[in-house]
Amino acid sequence: MAERAFSATRLPGFATIAVVVFLVLYLPIFTLVIFSFNDANSVAIWGGFSLRWYQIAWANDDVKEAAVRSLIIATSAALIATTVATMAALGTTRRAAFKGQTLIYVIINQPLMVPEIVTAVALLIFFGFIKVTTGYQGLGYLIAAHSAFCVPFAYLPIRARLEGMDLSLETAAADLYATPWQTFRKVTLPILLPGIIAGAMLAFVISLDDVVITEFVKSGGQDTLPTYMLGQIRRAVTPDVNAISTALLVLTVLLLTAFFLLTRRRD
Amino acid sequence: MNKDVAVEVRNAVKAFGQGDSAVRALDDVSVNIRKGEFFTLLGPSGCGKTTLLRLIAGFETPTSGEILLDGKDITRDPPNRRPVNTVFQSYALFPHLTVAQNIGFGLEMQGRPKAEIADVTANMLALVQLGPMAQRKTSQLSGGQQQRVALARALAPRPKVLLLDEPLSALDLKLRKEMQIELKRLQLETGITFIFVTHDQEEALTMSDRIGVMSAGKIQQIGAPRDIYTRPVNRFVASFIGESNFLSGAVETGGVRLSCGDLVDAAGSEGRSGKVTLAVRPEQVRLTRAGEPGALPATITDWVYFGTDTHCHLALSDGTEVVARLQSPATGDAGLEKGKAVALRFAPGAAQVLGD
Ligand SMILES: Nc1ncnc2c1ncn2[C@@H]1O[C@H](COP(=O)(O)OP(=O)(O)OP(=O)(O)O)[C@@H](O)[C@H]1O
Ligand SMILES: [Mg+2]
Repeated sequence: MAERAFSATRLPGFATIAVVVFLVLYLPIFTLVIFSFNDANSVAIWGGFSLRWYQIAWANDDVKEAAVRSLIIATSAALIATTVATMAALGTTRRAAFKGQTLIYVIINQPLMVPEIVTAVALLIFFGFIKVTTGYQGLGYLIAAHSAFCVPFAYLPIRARLEGMDLSLETAAADLYATPWQTFRKVTLPILLPGIIAGAMLAFVISLDDVVITEFVKSGGQDTLPTYMLGQIRRAVTPDVNAISTALLVLTVLLLTAFFLLTRRRD
Repeated sequence: MNKDVAVEVRNAVKAFGQGDSAVRALDDVSVNIRKGEFFTLLGPSGCGKTTLLRLIAGFETPTSGEILLDGKDITRDPPNRRPVNTVFQSYALFPHLTVAQNIGFGLEMQGRPKAEIADVTANMLALVQLGPMAQRKTSQLSGGQQQRVALARALAPRPKVLLLDEPLSALDLKLRKEMQIELKRLQLETGITFIFVTHDQEEALTMSDRIGVMSAGKIQQIGAPRDIYTRPVNRFVASFIGESNFLSGAVETGGVRLSCGDLVDAAGSEGRSGKVTLAVRPEQVRLTRAGEPGALPATITDWVYFGTDTHCHLALSDGTEVVARLQSPATGDAGLEKGKAVALRFAPGAAQVLGD
């Protein structure tokens, strides 16, 4: 019998574990989606197909306000984080290696490493101090907080794209009479654009579903969709939460699909 | 100022790093490159060829020294303000643009009118025989085609000087030979000054008007291919370009007295005295009969058959080793035998005194 190459798929129990993991991951989501179309008042007993919970959720002003707020925050945070991340990525890759580069990577990626709850508490105290001194109560705090923790998510795809991009392209542009600004506009930016869009979408999705930091930073009446849903569930579990979740899920899946298509196509 | 000079490099020094770890990539390099000539920088890896090109292109500034273009000091000008273009070893074609847009890039950045850009681009496409590929992305081209786009892109703005950093090293042998001819044709047709970098001596000898041989950050010799080959100034040049036999001796009236005791004619001994080194190309060493004028007694130590040539290793009377490259006879048997006593002589003018 010929020796076969090693393959993890032939380890004992591999298939079983894979199936269990897939069930644990997707069965709850699948159930949630199914029951969002339930006609009954229960989240556990099927009572026929209907769109009634979508209508109820749509008619609820609190839900609409929270959704709009979520979109405003996610869009602003994605824009700010992507701009910052683009500049950071250009600064760390479009030049010769320098002392302290690793330290800068660590600083940029800090939100990935510090436990979210710690950041949340820190922001609560810090913003509380600013609120008291300035009296400002608006969405700015949430946008600032979301922008900050979205930076590493926007940074990673942009940096990956830049690292795959030969520095000699910019040298060639300069050689062909392009000023530094023209070089950026005509060469760096167009080649980088898929990375930037991917980064922005990732940041948007991350901001859209944040609970912990939002819960700590928000002032009264500043619920986003996730914190609104959390509040609802604490009182009573109604299928309109399923409907909102399903809507969020669809949006996220669409964005992430676009993200993968953009990052995969690279030449 | 000399009107025939396109690029003048004056005492250029380029040091990378500081203190003990500093590398002198260029160590006091001075060279004049004439208008319209095909000038080749030839030297081993790490000798500073790319660094010299980068100084002329403006990607680096010299630690000290000046670069002049048409008599004007451009040492501190940024690359986009120098009428000098580069063909990069990696081609560095813009992946998001078509072939035609790549070629028109330089003209577009110079703000030339659209009609002119279209015109020049079409001419360039014809010149490098890529007309049908105009609308393709550069990633859809073969290596040789990408090479041609890189050339056309650098030539389109009609630079005063074109710099080519080992442009052919990524191509296979056959394509390389074709591109050598192509390059030479483009240079003659456009009349642009070419500064070409290679570490392939054959490429340098066949293509260049003049060659600058570099080693360890210094220019060792500048001259026409034939001068460099037949009159190398030092041991480095003599052994880097082709092969050489080195013999030590002392200058006397009437020639050079070799360490084996024989007197030979040698070029370049005028004005020299004392101990010198002679270089003789193996193909200029002949076997001859003992007793003939200029014949040196020798013993065959070994021989190797190479097809067209047979390399014969000989030892002079004091043991100095000499290699003779003999044309193989029709039968292939040159009648060489290990240990046989023979005599050798150098072809007239073949022995050259080196200026070490
Ligand atoms: N940016 C740099 N920083 C430090 N050292 C450098 C730098 N660029 C070049 N060097 C050094 O300068 C020397 C000359 O380099 P250069 O690239 O000019 O060589 P080259 O003749 O082009 O060699 P090759 O044939 O391998 O391309 C080398 O020792 C190299 O290590
Ligand atoms: Mg080089």
